[in-house]
Amino acid sequence: MLPEQTAPYVAHHFDDAAQQHEASALGMWLFLVTEIMFFGGLFTAYVVYRAAFPAAFHAASQELDITLGAFNTAVLLTSSLTMALAVHGAQTSKRGMLIVCLLLTIALGTTFLGVKAYEYWHKWHEHLVPGPGFVFHGADPANAQLFFSLYFAMTGLHALHMVIGIALLGILTVRGAQGMFNQFYYTPVELSGLYWHFVDLVWIFLFPLLYLLGRH
Amino acid sequence: MDASPMHTNYLNANYGVKSWLLTVDHKRIALLYLASITVFFLLGSLFALVIRLELLTPAGDLVQADTYNKLFTMHGIIMVFFFLIPSIPAVLGNFLVPMMIGAKDLAFPRLNLLSWYIYILGGSFTLWAVATGGVDTGWTFYTPYSTTFSNTNVIPAALGIFITGFSSILTGLNFVVTIHRMRAPGLTWFRLPLFIWAHYATSIIMILGTPVIAITVLLVGLERAFHIGIFDPALGGDPVLFQHLFWFYSHPAVYIMILPSMGVVSEIISCFSRKGIFGYSFIAMSSIAIALLGFLVWGHHMFVSSQSVYAALVFSVLSFAVAIPSAVKVFNWTATLYRGSVSFEAPMLYALGFIGLFTIGGLTGLFLASLGLDVHVHDTYFVVAHFHYIMVGGALMGYLGGMHFWWPKITGRMYPETWARVAALIVFVGFNLTFFPQFILGYLGMPRRYHVYPEEFQVLNVMSTAGASILGLGYLLPLCYLIWSLRYGVRASANPWHATGLEWTTPSPPPTENFTETPVVTEEAYNYAAHDLPAREAHVA
Repeated sequence: MLPEQTAPYVAHHFDDAAQQHEASALGMWLFLVTEIMFFGGLFTAYVVYRAAFPAAFHAASQELDITLGAFNTAVLLTSSLTMALAVHGAQTSKRGMLIVCLLLTIALGTTFLGVKAYEYWHKWHEHLVPGPGFVFHGADPANAQLFFSLYFAMTGLHALHMVIGIALLGILTVRGAQGMFNQFYYTPVELSGLYWHFVDLVWIFLFPLLYLLGRH
Repeated sequence: MDASPMHTNYLNANYGVKSWLLTVDHKRIALLYLASITVFFLLGSLFALVIRLELLTPAGDLVQADTYNKLFTMHGIIMVFFFLIPSIPAVLGNFLVPMMIGAKDLAFPRLNLLSWYIYILGGSFTLWAVATGGVDTGWTFYTPYSTTFSNTNVIPAALGIFITGFSSILTGLNFVVTIHRMRAPGLTWFRLPLFIWAHYATSIIMILGTPVIAITVLLVGLERAFHIGIFDPALGGDPVLFQHLFWFYSHPAVYIMILPSMGVVSEIISCFSRKGIFGYSFIAMSSIAIALLGFLVWGHHMFVSSQSVYAALVFSVLSFAVAIPSAVKVFNWTATLYRGSVSFEAPMLYALGFIGLFTIGGLTGLFLASLGLDVHVHDTYFVVAHFHYIMVGGALMGYLGGMHFWWPKITGRMYPETWARVAALIVFVGFNLTFFPQFILGYLGMPRRYHVYPEEFQVLNVMSTAGASILGLGYLLPLCYLIWSLRYGVRASANPWHATGLEWTTPSPPPTENFTETPVVTEEAYNYAAHDLPAREAHVA
């Protein structure tokens, strides 16, 4: 173990590397708590309206492409695996593994966003984007529009988190290539991993709520 | 322990605008916040002044209804989101949390600076909304008025609140991590000053509550900008859902304002009674209880909003339950005074004022939590008086008391004691004259948010406006003499009040790293019995 007083990555106000690591990890977990509350507002709105207008929401959710949704779920789950392997690479000072796994995670995340963009484009094409151009041929267009408002708000916010995550992983790749991370210092990789898993988890809830509920 | 005038401290360590705007020192960031929230406070007060002037006469002779709507909206938005919520945590908390636990800084100093910049960015959006015509929805942004019908600057104002929320979230996160991970050796949880417990509880609310208001105002903005219907009944939405989401944060937000104030009062009462605080662990735990219970009472804002009667019953009972930990605090402070060597320096006057005003504000909160009575006084001046007793009588008194108490530590100068005592009395008298008549007005049926009123209400409104002028004077006085003291105040020693607590063991003003060596704590908090010294040093006039 490196002598801690000389470790360049320990900020001046921490006693040692362990304290810094524990503080950073706690900070990230708390941040994820705020994220849960942030998404929680949207999930609450969705659940309330789903219960209030079951028929309209059911009809509207039939418009979503379950195959693409399932494909994207598989892509994100795989990306969580590569992310976990990237963290392992950092913790064991395997720079090659770290870089390859980070790049794989970025590629999978980008694939997810690409599929999502296609889905959005398709909805636009079908006039299912809320607003003046919205057209729905079911029984209750107003509440179907409500479904799509929430669909775009929830998946849009999720996609924004993906974009931020991919940017973070890009920075980590550059820093990792410069040899900044090793078995003594891997906090940024580990915490970005936590964030990535969180974003993945949000999708694990979004997919059944938006795509699967009520289908047989 | 005399402080040499030339000792190196956080204020003279380096100079220049850049050394302030890029500082990561929690003490300097506290002062950045102090300057910014003071600007917002003065602006918010200006709106209040015009409101009170308009209400001097029953007719709408000073401003029109539209302008009046904007005035009370901007007063509310600025005072709640840009003054009261950041006030004690961002200024005194920022300065004191690391010092009280023997740390060199908060856990994330750069994040702390970022919080201030986020606050400034959010504030700029709000000022932009004010400057380009204002907003008239009330600080509550109720839909569908805010999303569909208002033709004022709702989006910039909502954006300002959305952005500033992240400043609050990051501050709370920083405090929790700091309190968990950065305590000095020997400083166990139950040796922490109650100010720290109060800020811990406040941070929990900031972390759990603020994201919800963020997503809520974001949805309001989206709905307004893109005409999607989340809350608009014409587009399938439900405006009551907005009220639920709004109050889920905005009720606990009241505890963001009052809990830090309670922490300040605990410190002051103990110091100027020269006694250990009575019921330490009860006060500490009551802060946590208020933070948690505070999340379960939001429905009491919606007793007349088509809420089911069973939900209303539950919310009513839970609201009454909040009175228990609140009363625990008041009784313990009173018990601390009992047989103490009480002296009445300015911070103590504010603290005693807090106890009185908070008690009135809290008890009238129980009136409003009662289902039957609330229907009668709902949306009247009774509500206005109640929440001003909590938010101004409570939070602001605590803020002023704390500013005086720690002013010597922050600036290295004593404030003029006589002036400060006079100002504290003026604030107390002015406050009561402003807001007590409003309880009566509300009970008699004067609705809030109108710029005209029937003539029989004029006497009480004149009293209220007269009180507001006195109150305004009471706020201007400290502004003047505190600035005066920066240059002409008596130099403060490290511990002018002979107070306990780690922040008093280091010179005033403290060095950049707070302590020359990491302190080791060997005793409980508020061990005044062991020191037996008067509350003021002899040379402090």
